[in-house]
Amino acid sequence: MGRFFKRNKIKRAAQSLASVLVTLLLLVTLTFFLGQVMPVDVVSRLVGPDADQATYQATYERLGLDQPIIVQFGIYISRMLQGDFGTALLTGHQVLDDIVRVFPATIELGTLALLIGAGIGVPLGVLAAVQRNRPADHIIRVVTLLGHSVPIFWIGLMGLLLFYSYLGWVGGGGRVEIYYDGLVETRTGLLLVDSLLAGDTEVFWSAVRHIILPATVLGYASMASLCRLTRSFMIDQLSQEYVTAARVKGVSEWNVIWHHAFRNIRVQLLTVIALTYGSMLEGAVLIETIFAWPGFGQYLTNNLLLGDMNAIMVCVLLVGVIFITLNMLADLLYKIFDPRTVQ
Amino acid sequence: MSSTPRASDAAAVQMPLIEARDLRVAFQMQRGVFQAIRGVSFSLGQEKLAIVGESGSGKSTVGRAIMRLNPPSAIVTAERLAFKDVDLLSASRKELRRLRGRHISMIMQDPKYSLNPVATVGEQIAEAYRTHHKVSNREARERALTMLEAVQIRSPKRVYDLYPHQVSGGMGQRIMIAMMLISDPEVLIADEPTSALDVTVRLQILAILDDMVKERGLGMIFISHDLNLVRSFCDRVIIMYAGRIVETVAAADLDNVQHPYSRGLLNSLPRLDQKRDRLPVIQRDDSWLEAV
Amino acid sequence: MSAQASEVPAKRKKVAFLDREATSVTEAFLQRLLVGVHTFLSNGLAVAGLSIILLLIAVAAFAPWIATHDPNLQNLSMALKPPSSVNWFGTDEYGRDIFSRIVYGSRVTLYIVTLVTITVGPIGLIVGTVSGYYGGTVDMIVMRITDLFLAFPGLILTLTFVAILGPGLEQAVLAIALTGWPAIARLARAETMTIRSSDYIAAARLQGASSLRIIFGSIIPVCMSSVIVRLTLGMASVILTAAGLGFLGLGAQPPTPEWGAMTSAGREYMLDSWWLVTAPGVAIMVVSLAFNLFGDGLRDVLDPKSK
Repeated sequence: MGRFFKRNKIKRAAQSLASVLVTLLLLVTLTFFLGQVMPVDVVSRLVGPDADQATYQATYERLGLDQPIIVQFGIYISRMLQGDFGTALLTGHQVLDDIVRVFPATIELGTLALLIGAGIGVPLGVLAAVQRNRPADHIIRVVTLLGHSVPIFWIGLMGLLLFYSYLGWVGGGGRVEIYYDGLVETRTGLLLVDSLLAGDTEVFWSAVRHIILPATVLGYASMASLCRLTRSFMIDQLSQEYVTAARVKGVSEWNVIWHHAFRNIRVQLLTVIALTYGSMLEGAVLIETIFAWPGFGQYLTNNLLLGDMNAIMVCVLLVGVIFITLNMLADLLYKIFDPRTVQ
Repeated sequence: MSSTPRASDAAAVQMPLIEARDLRVAFQMQRGVFQAIRGVSFSLGQEKLAIVGESGSGKSTVGRAIMRLNPPSAIVTAERLAFKDVDLLSASRKELRRLRGRHISMIMQDPKYSLNPVATVGEQIAEAYRTHHKVSNREARERALTMLEAVQIRSPKRVYDLYPHQVSGGMGQRIMIAMMLISDPEVLIADEPTSALDVTVRLQILAILDDMVKERGLGMIFISHDLNLVRSFCDRVIIMYAGRIVETVAAADLDNVQHPYSRGLLNSLPRLDQKRDRLPVIQRDDSWLEAV
Repeated sequence: MSAQASEVPAKRKKVAFLDREATSVTEAFLQRLLVGVHTFLSNGLAVAGLSIILLLIAVAAFAPWIATHDPNLQNLSMALKPPSSVNWFGTDEYGRDIFSRIVYGSRVTLYIVTLVTITVGPIGLIVGTVSGYYGGTVDMIVMRITDLFLAFPGLILTLTFVAILGPGLEQAVLAIALTGWPAIARLARAETMTIRSSDYIAAARLQGASSLRIIFGSIIPVCMSSVIVRLTLGMASVILTAAGLGFLGLGAQPPTPEWGAMTSAGREYMLDSWWLVTAPGVAIMVVSLAFNLFGDGLRDVLDPKSK
């Protein structure tokens, strides 16, 4: 019996892995053919407008553009498998190197935003569920609806206007004051961590002043959706019989809520939070543009404005991979942490 | 708990464990108010009192009204609703919490839903004890293990660490009994404790319940729709219809009930010792809604 | 208590039409409609949302009469003037009246929302129901494709399509629509799967109804309510995405008075002239909030089980 389960488990794992691979392959195919239909002359971008016909032709052939499309696709795939994702027009570096360089800034921003969003959204959601249809619930409903309705770039601008230029409570654009830039040795790429590792509190506090506003703005949208989800999960649980049973035992309302009902949504919530982490990338595109945050979002936007299809496609592919990975992670979390999956 | 002066000792013995006079429960619905319990009066001593009736008759609502566990949309009123000398209607939340589990407890219908799916069963039993007693985790655990033994679970240590989905319905209900009796309550409300179980384990559970009730001298309210069960298990039977009590009889006199609804209920039971062609359907009468 | 008890029959009488059993299809429909309208009207926030949407439509329709200035008329001597009795919301860097631009901008917003919705709705509905009804290979392929689309955050995918199609209002609409249909298809498919095996579909099939007839006659109407709810709630995010694209300079191009683009243009002058970014942002927020509130209320009426 035990062996049967094990084999079944391996089979299921293989199936989900295969389905991920298919999705990735589709993704690569999609990005390739999207690149094909782009009305951009890659060659002239590379060689410059003044290049002569021979140079143009040579580059054209070097890129394999004279081959039939299916051969080009093969080249594209094999290059990718070798880790060669092409050069970015914007920087002249390998796209992958660029991304590795800018990504920590986004991770730092996204992580803090998630902490803020979940740290506020989840307790608010619990409160709304407990106070269902009472004034507190209605207020929270309006606050979260606003979070779904407010343009994130506008909140960012308003935040800058109020907290930076009028009140001077926070730093402006960028990750630190300009004169601190590059002072701290890059180890993790997370400036808050690096500055602490270097023992440079001045840079650390400057970095805090700079990250707090964009992270809060970015966190607000995720706060809204986490709050609404938490509320509906909790309402579900609070109507269950085991909650009544806990009350029969004389358990205090606080423990009924947190030790019984909330404990039942923890895993569900964790998976949702994992997925929310991925959607931070979306907000980062707009937020990083406003706050001059040198991260992935800004890199993508700059490439979009430049029309560098190759770089864009690599970015998109990466986002896809991150999303799929997070999805799998969420699945895994469920299997590990939910006692109901214990045999 | 109450400021009313204690009556003489003799009177205290006479004092019922639960007393309800003209208990009414209404639910605030989207369109108007629905009256679920419409003036119910009874008292419970150290006895096994059954409340029977068809589904929707309000029998479970009575049980939950005593625990004050009706949903927020419920409006509960009564001339008197008391546990001993504690007025349950005016008791504060804190007082109610002290009563629940410690003095009045309830066994619910289906252990599949009434046990927390993500906590081990032992943890849940121990919690019931720790809620009312300041003890170490270790002592609470010991108590819970003893209690598991008391409900005839053979390897309590193993069962302690199981999750509810890993135990059978019968064992789940024993765990429920252990959990609800660990703090030594004086009143136990059993809300259809066996109807979700296999017929084969029903009798075992009832036997355990019976033992525990006798041993501890509990007053029990046994809510059921099963007349045969009630006849052999309880002392006194209240028959409810549409939120009202239509008749109260001693279990031994159950065959001699007068009210047409009670008779109807009895007549619709199949019997082994008498040949019957077809079970009759209860003929309802609107006047029952006003009667008694 | 007794007062409440005596109130019950009185209330019953008032809604007698709703309580009585319907004797005809029309009567049943009318009853449902009445209950729905009643539920919706009792939700104050939803009514507020609907009112704002109606107001938006009115403003867009009567823009030339409502606007106080020509939205594109430049007047550099009047540039960057704060709100006043002449220019209610102030003027921008070219001296254009911001209030009038917001008023005309409502047309752009409505244009985007309408166009996206009428493309995404039918496409998603048809793809989803067909895929769910036939199952098998068709279903597998369609679901793989939607999987792929749903594996991305919406804005990133939209940005990619815009990169391919080039910046512009029509391109933005197309890109948003391309990103939007899979969610609707998924929803319609899930509904179809549950309806497909029901008895009345089997009955229709036994009577010899063609697949096409079953899909259009029996399945799509049932899917309709949840799809409409999703589309309405989606309108809010369409507005936000379109504004985001405009803000990044990838959506509507100047001098179109698109609210997102206006916010973006106002950024440079923001520190001295706060009104440049404030008014268009508030406009986006109010309209998007209105669609969210309206959608929420609609869900309570049309799709109460998903609440």
